[in-house]
Amino acid sequence: MDATDTSHPDYYHRVVDCQWACPAHTDVPEYIRLIAQGRFTEAYLVNRHSNVFPGILGRVCDRPCEPACRRGRVEAKPVAICRLKRVAADHRDGITGKLPPIPKVKNGKRIACIGAGCASLTVANDLMPLGYQVTIFEQYGEPGGLMRTNIPSFRLPQAVLEEEIRMIVDMGVDLRLGAPIDSMRELLATGGFDAVFVGSGAPKGKNLDLPGRAAADANVHIGIAWLESVAFGHIERIGERVLIIGVGNTAMDCCRTSLRLGAKQVKVMARKPRGFFKASEWELEDAEEESVDIVVNRSPKAFVIEGGRLVGMTFECMEYELDGRGRITAERMTGEEFIPADDVILAIGQENAFPWIEGDLGIELDKWHVPVVDPVTYRSTRPGVFFGGDAAFGPKNIIWAVEHGHQAAISIHKHCQGEPIAERLPPGVNLQSRKMGMHEWSYSNDYASVERRLVPHVSLKERFKKLNIEVELGFTAEQAAQEVQRCLNCDVQTVFSAKLCIECDACLDICPVDCLTITANGPESELRGRLKVPARNLTQPLYVSGALPQTARVMVKDEDLCVHCGLCAERCPTAAWDMQKSHVHWPHAEDEAQALEARKPKIA
Amino acid sequence: MTFIAKPKVVHPSLPRNALGLVRRDYEGALSTLCAGCGHDSVTAAIVEACWRQSLEPQNVVKLSGIGCSSKTTAYFVSGGHGFNSVHGRMPSIATGANAANRQLSYIGVSGDGDTLSIGLGQFCHAIRRNIDMLYIIENNGVYGLTKGQFSASADVGTKAKKGETNFQPPIDPVLLAMTLGASFVARSFSGDKEQLVPLIEAGLRHRGFALIDVLSPCVTFNDHEGSTKSYAYTREHYEPAVQADFVPPEREITAEYGAGEALAVTMHDGSRIVLRKLDAAYDPTDRSAAQARVQERLRSGEFLTGLLYVDSDGKVEGGRREFHQVNGTPEEPLNSLPYEALSPGSKDLAKLLAGYR
Repeated sequence: MDATDTSHPDYYHRVVDCQWACPAHTDVPEYIRLIAQGRFTEAYLVNRHSNVFPGILGRVCDRPCEPACRRGRVEAKPVAICRLKRVAADHRDGITGKLPPIPKVKNGKRIACIGAGCASLTVANDLMPLGYQVTIFEQYGEPGGLMRTNIPSFRLPQAVLEEEIRMIVDMGVDLRLGAPIDSMRELLATGGFDAVFVGSGAPKGKNLDLPGRAAADANVHIGIAWLESVAFGHIERIGERVLIIGVGNTAMDCCRTSLRLGAKQVKVMARKPRGFFKASEWELEDAEEESVDIVVNRSPKAFVIEGGRLVGMTFECMEYELDGRGRITAERMTGEEFIPADDVILAIGQENAFPWIEGDLGIELDKWHVPVVDPVTYRSTRPGVFFGGDAAFGPKNIIWAVEHGHQAAISIHKHCQGEPIAERLPPGVNLQSRKMGMHEWSYSNDYASVERRLVPHVSLKERFKKLNIEVELGFTAEQAAQEVQRCLNCDVQTVFSAKLCIECDACLDICPVDCLTITANGPESELRGRLKVPARNLTQPLYVSGALPQTARVMVKDEDLCVHCGLCAERCPTAAWDMQKSHVHWPHAEDEAQALEARKPKIA
Repeated sequence: MTFIAKPKVVHPSLPRNALGLVRRDYEGALSTLCAGCGHDSVTAAIVEACWRQSLEPQNVVKLSGIGCSSKTTAYFVSGGHGFNSVHGRMPSIATGANAANRQLSYIGVSGDGDTLSIGLGQFCHAIRRNIDMLYIIENNGVYGLTKGQFSASADVGTKAKKGETNFQPPIDPVLLAMTLGASFVARSFSGDKEQLVPLIEAGLRHRGFALIDVLSPCVTFNDHEGSTKSYAYTREHYEPAVQADFVPPEREITAEYGAGEALAVTMHDGSRIVLRKLDAAYDPTDRSAAQARVQERLRSGEFLTGLLYVDSDGKVEGGRREFHQVNGTPEEPLNSLPYEALSPGSKDLAKLLAGYR
């Protein structure tokens, strides 16, 4: 193998699994350390820099970071990253004066954002400090988009939502509520905007057209529309027996909401076995804790009507054959089952809908009526019109929408300044030694063997009394103090310098997880098998040094299970190993603005 | 040394031995030796070998004298028995313990000072008695614990850290052991575990005295330019002559060796050492030829390494008996013998004494 190029910004970034997995590249280990030091406000600001809505995301994020967390490979469970984020948000002080200042003199560029959801709000958050005038058009009377309409308040309290939206609106955003955009043509022609950002989400729930659907209409609801009606108080009751069709995260919100609106018996009907569920593991757990019955291998067949009213549904009972890798190789129907119900909620997916974008504006939609959007710049086929969030590539989640917003803000800025939008600043990584003295390192490198802490919940008796009782209570101080110590500080990198190595084997001998090997070089597939413990996780790159001075062998590190204890550096007699904190710099619009300023010719 | 405790966490796919233990179960206390000390690598090699041999920790006896090297015994198999003796007197303790219980695995770890200076007489007699033990010398050519004076194994011409040159000839433990009739003599290097680990395994299985002289650089006082025991110098001048691969009794010797280049030596328990000659002119079963070759290479400044001489179970050279065979000690440990057998009573004592009159 060639020697690893650690100067490439991706190398050390990838070692920080959580940050690499986070669409917005949140500096997770850094904010966890700040929480450990009781510096909640700073931890909140580190979060906010990347993900804009730490209080909201600390409750309802899809947490791609947690399945990626190295702790989950070293032992069973990952660090409770998401819930620690909430700790920072819950315990912080006021941050007035800690957000970037908003210039009084504007730069004369006006931006329209359609939909006041997380993507548009992020665009405003990034552009307001640069002097842009941002106008957000929202069809409903309150901002927040799907965060407000689709996430039940027992998971995300309104106060948290409103506070984090207000931080952005208070930057001076021109927020127009109850102002749906009916015609893109009109907005472009008469609005006087320099750029338009479409962050209107994927608001159309999918229907299930089965026999009896029309006759049962009064008691069949589309999941996201139904949640929206609940959020705005238009729906306050549901029947005693409720069937939810589909088993994604929307289904989980529908079933738990039903229980709070009078349902006694809620069944979630899944077409396939458990391994194929779309819902996150923790959302399934929370629903099952509330005695929701998840029925597998039932494929909906018809709505059953008696006396002009829905009485239940029939399902085909399915059986699947799986191969060794858990994929379905064959399916067959084994019978039919009738399940009685008073109401049915369809939660089988959602789609984009742009009836208000005229076909002749140069904004190309593909055959599924999804806009053609550049995956780097988020620009549509019409210059000056950008898409982000669910509106761009279909339903994802909040954290992805935030990152779309950051990237679209860069494009909008460059577009307005007359710069090529595809020429963007590259990400960078800075390294800084953590060595403080002979045996002192400026990070906590003890391995805490404590297991993942469980977030306490409101009792099953209490929580159903009102719709908006937040079920999760958040970590107690003691729990948070223990949970932060589980973080392995993966951003404190093991940095090797081959020319200093005397091949004494001290690092190999001391490494608790056997991730180091000094051996003859070879092709990667063969080298992986030759390590002290073979490196089987192919998603984690190997570190391979240049030839060592004495024997021309190489130092190989399997990053997969390194616990960043620093013992290799501690035991190294020549400081060939050092522990250095990596700081990943992921450019935002403000960085582009600074770079633009620096490029301007200086007038002496 | 380090102040950070080695975390208890282990690689989840760490292999297990016949006892279901992982390598890390054979570790001991955290080393307080200098960072980069060769001795710590020797410790790691011992840990690896004990794990591979599936030794039951409670059946391991660790013995040492005084010196940096002698701290080693604290750093492996924390479940074993240990005795840290007076300077240079480790062989006496080993002899006594061994006489009382021959069923344990005895590992003595000593240094060039402990073995070749103050303990030289003890060392020679342990070889002469052919005590059933593995005796490892961590040889670095200096007295590290007293800040780097030349030891009895310092080579002529080697330079101390401050610049003085050594003019006194070294005592070579390998040549000495061959002369005294040792039945298992090896030399290795702390920086070459591929060679060292199988040697330790074979040494553990060898019945009788097994010596491994390990060149183990002192990173603090003897790793500079001009030293003949530094990492760099050792790497340039050590010459593997015979690679010994340990093959347990249950495994077959497969055909991975070319004809003529490998020689299998069977141990008393049916396990074998496959000797691969890397130096065609070398014969590890011919004592005088081996001795001559080691000496010849030493004269040109090269250390021959590997299993340099082996006389397995006394089958060669007319039956060299080990300590227990000579003394007719019982199979069982003394502490498990009934009192009557250990102390037959005054009548028998009188009979015994009468025999001398």
